[in-house]
Amino acid sequence: MEAIIALAGNPNSGKTTLFNELTGARQHVGNYPGVTVEKKQGIYSDNENKFYIVDLPGTYSLTAYSLEEVVTRDFLINEKPRMVVNIVDASNLERNLYLTLQFMEMGIPVCMALNMVDVAKARGIEIDIEKLSDVLGVPIIPTVARNGKGKKELMKMVARMVDHEQSVPLKLSYGNDIDTVLIDLEKRIGAEKFLTDTYPARWVALKYLEKDDHVIKQGRGASHVLSEKIEQIVKSVSDHLKESLDTYPEAMIADYRYGYINALLKKGIVKFHQDRNRFQTSDQIDQIVTNRFIGPVIMMAVLVGLYKFTFTYSEIPVFWLENFFGWLGGFVDQHLSDGLLKSLVVSGIIDGVGGVLGFTPLIMFMFFGIAILEDSGYLARVAYMLDRIFRMFGLHGSSVMAFIVSGGIAGGCAVPGVMAARTLKSPRERLATLLTVPFMNCGAKLPVFVLLVATFFPENETMLMMTITLISWLGALLAAKLLRLTIVKGESTPFVMELPPYRMPIIKGVLIHTWERTWQYLKKAGTVILGISILLWAMMTFPGLPKSASLEFEQKRHALISEVPDTVSEMLTHVPEDAEMSKAAQSLNAALMSIDAEEAEAGLRHSIAGRFGVTLERFTAWAGFDWRTNIALVGGFAAKEVIVSTLGTAYSLGDVDPEDVASLSETLRKDPSWRPLVALSLIIFTIFYAPCFVAVVCISRESGSWRWGAFSMVFNTILAFTLAVVVFQAGSFFGN
Amino acid sequence: MRINLRQMKINQAGTIMAVKAEGPLGRRIRDMGMVPGADIVIQGRAPLKDPVAIKVMGFTLTLRNNEADYIDVEVK
Repeated sequence: MEAIIALAGNPNSGKTTLFNELTGARQHVGNYPGVTVEKKQGIYSDNENKFYIVDLPGTYSLTAYSLEEVVTRDFLINEKPRMVVNIVDASNLERNLYLTLQFMEMGIPVCMALNMVDVAKARGIEIDIEKLSDVLGVPIIPTVARNGKGKKELMKMVARMVDHEQSVPLKLSYGNDIDTVLIDLEKRIGAEKFLTDTYPARWVALKYLEKDDHVIKQGRGASHVLSEKIEQIVKSVSDHLKESLDTYPEAMIADYRYGYINALLKKGIVKFHQDRNRFQTSDQIDQIVTNRFIGPVIMMAVLVGLYKFTFTYSEIPVFWLENFFGWLGGFVDQHLSDGLLKSLVVSGIIDGVGGVLGFTPLIMFMFFGIAILEDSGYLARVAYMLDRIFRMFGLHGSSVMAFIVSGGIAGGCAVPGVMAARTLKSPRERLATLLTVPFMNCGAKLPVFVLLVATFFPENETMLMMTITLISWLGALLAAKLLRLTIVKGESTPFVMELPPYRMPIIKGVLIHTWERTWQYLKKAGTVILGISILLWAMMTFPGLPKSASLEFEQKRHALISEVPDTVSEMLTHVPEDAEMSKAAQSLNAALMSIDAEEAEAGLRHSIAGRFGVTLERFTAWAGFDWRTNIALVGGFAAKEVIVSTLGTAYSLGDVDPEDVASLSETLRKDPSWRPLVALSLIIFTIFYAPCFVAVVCISRESGSWRWGAFSMVFNTILAFTLAVVVFQAGSFFGN
Repeated sequence: MRINLRQMKINQAGTIMAVKAEGPLGRRIRDMGMVPGADIVIQGRAPLKDPVAIKVMGFTLTLRNNEADYIDVEVK
């Protein structure tokens, strides 16, 4: 027997743990169409049955409050799973049953997995399972998902229900006023078959009474006349309720649902052997962990710890990967003859793939760390403690994770940072976070700052690096505020949030989670990133120097070689292994290399990117940038540290290692077009301008639209340019 | 005595009398179990005094102060 089964329940009820227990590693993660909510599927099979299990997002209700709730609802209605396995936290029965009731109201067969019965027992909660099952009319299996207890019995029950169970929608009473209207509406809706091919008639009526935007919008599309009539009826009952009871239908419905649950539980089904609201161990931990004075200190330590964990331990695999790709590049360099193909393979493909894979260890370590914080319950406390500050800027307490990882502590990376914004559930705050985290000082911007600061402000190095970090924080928060007042405007999402009890994370769940996220990054971002890498390579390579120009360089080389005796020039090509080159050969080699570098400079200037840089010089002069800086900044779109190496090429220094910039520093200091003010302007520009394209791809993926990726490039660059011009012009005006 | 949830002190207990919020906020507050008749205890406040953590139905819920304004509580 085969069937689709939905797994649904409150957040923190152990749903994902049960899902992992049932499906093992046989999972598939995708997205629901058009939204960024994850869709997880897996297969459970035994001798006779094969069940496709869909792990629906954790929700508290089925209103249209959050994307997760809409997705859950739509899945149940459109995909028509055979039944719902509703996982219910036994230690938190009342609130969990609120969701259960709503499944029953939809008329879907429900089997309840009463989870964490062990925790409930420890808290002195005694549940008469048989009686509860009788009253609700729903089979109930006690489980402990953490150790797989009850799993077999649960699936046996599921198999039995898949075979037989038919269920009728549960009809609750919501008080006289509403019940009367509900019956009337149900008749009208049924008679005109209004939306009834998707929803039960009573459910549609209920949603109209609850003022559910989602359903009302659909209704208006289906029949404008009837929809208007229903809305009118709802309005009159609303007015009546407002007048007589100072309430409204939506509130009444929720109150009656909870009232029903309350009455149910009073029938001796649940016995509390201690005060329910008594402080548990978890609350005692919170007395310390969220304490006014100790709390923030612990939080700083944890955030710095997460940061160190992500960036320190991932260094080892990153180092291996870099070495491997360096070796591969060198290998190809030796075995392919010079030319376009070699350049494409080395600079386009190997560097591109290397770039994609280079981020994977970071992403893995970060998600591992965050998954532990999330599963333990600590992440919710971080949001709780920091919400007051982040809310001022239109963000959410949970935004902090993304900012820190992106480089809130200098040296992070916006790619995992953008992905860390997934822990945010509120859509507007999340988008504002996605768009502003790239302002943080990632590890790749640091070499640029170090070069400029060391060259032009050697006496204030530490102070200036601190200031740069502060500027980026301030800029990011203010930009977030600006976005929230304009493009991403709208009221802040309510902070009504659960602080789940502290729990020991389950290592299997954490590993599965980490692996899923990493794999998604590789699969989805990887291909796009490789494509853009090749595109950028082409922009900086084509069109090549015209024949006449390369011939000129060739002639210069020839001239140099012919000036010295053959014995010297031969030393360059046939140099014996350990022999030292003669002085003459060394100086010839240096002269030849400087011609190579000049040719590279000329080639870069001649390329599309170069012409772009030269054309833009007219405008960028306002910020003090010449064409060389412009090209370097274009190159920085590939990865920010490329700014340094491209500057090297543009100043005819050949390949410059971003870690060793002594020669470039020397050149800049002597160059008349450079002075401290130009450096300052460039620092400001580098902090704020377009994120590197890997981050842009991730922003697009995470926001669900390429428009936001494109927006971040344009908006950030305009912002950066404006700030740089202001700095440069003001500085020039005051005579610096 | 009937007061606003914002005015409650840490460890103070009470019973919710009314939830005056409408729209998504009101929906969310009620969905999470903050309905008239529910018993609550103030568990604590964040280091900057906002949000507030509340025990209701045996679990902990957080609310911003300006969200707590919509909730009236009868305290002993």
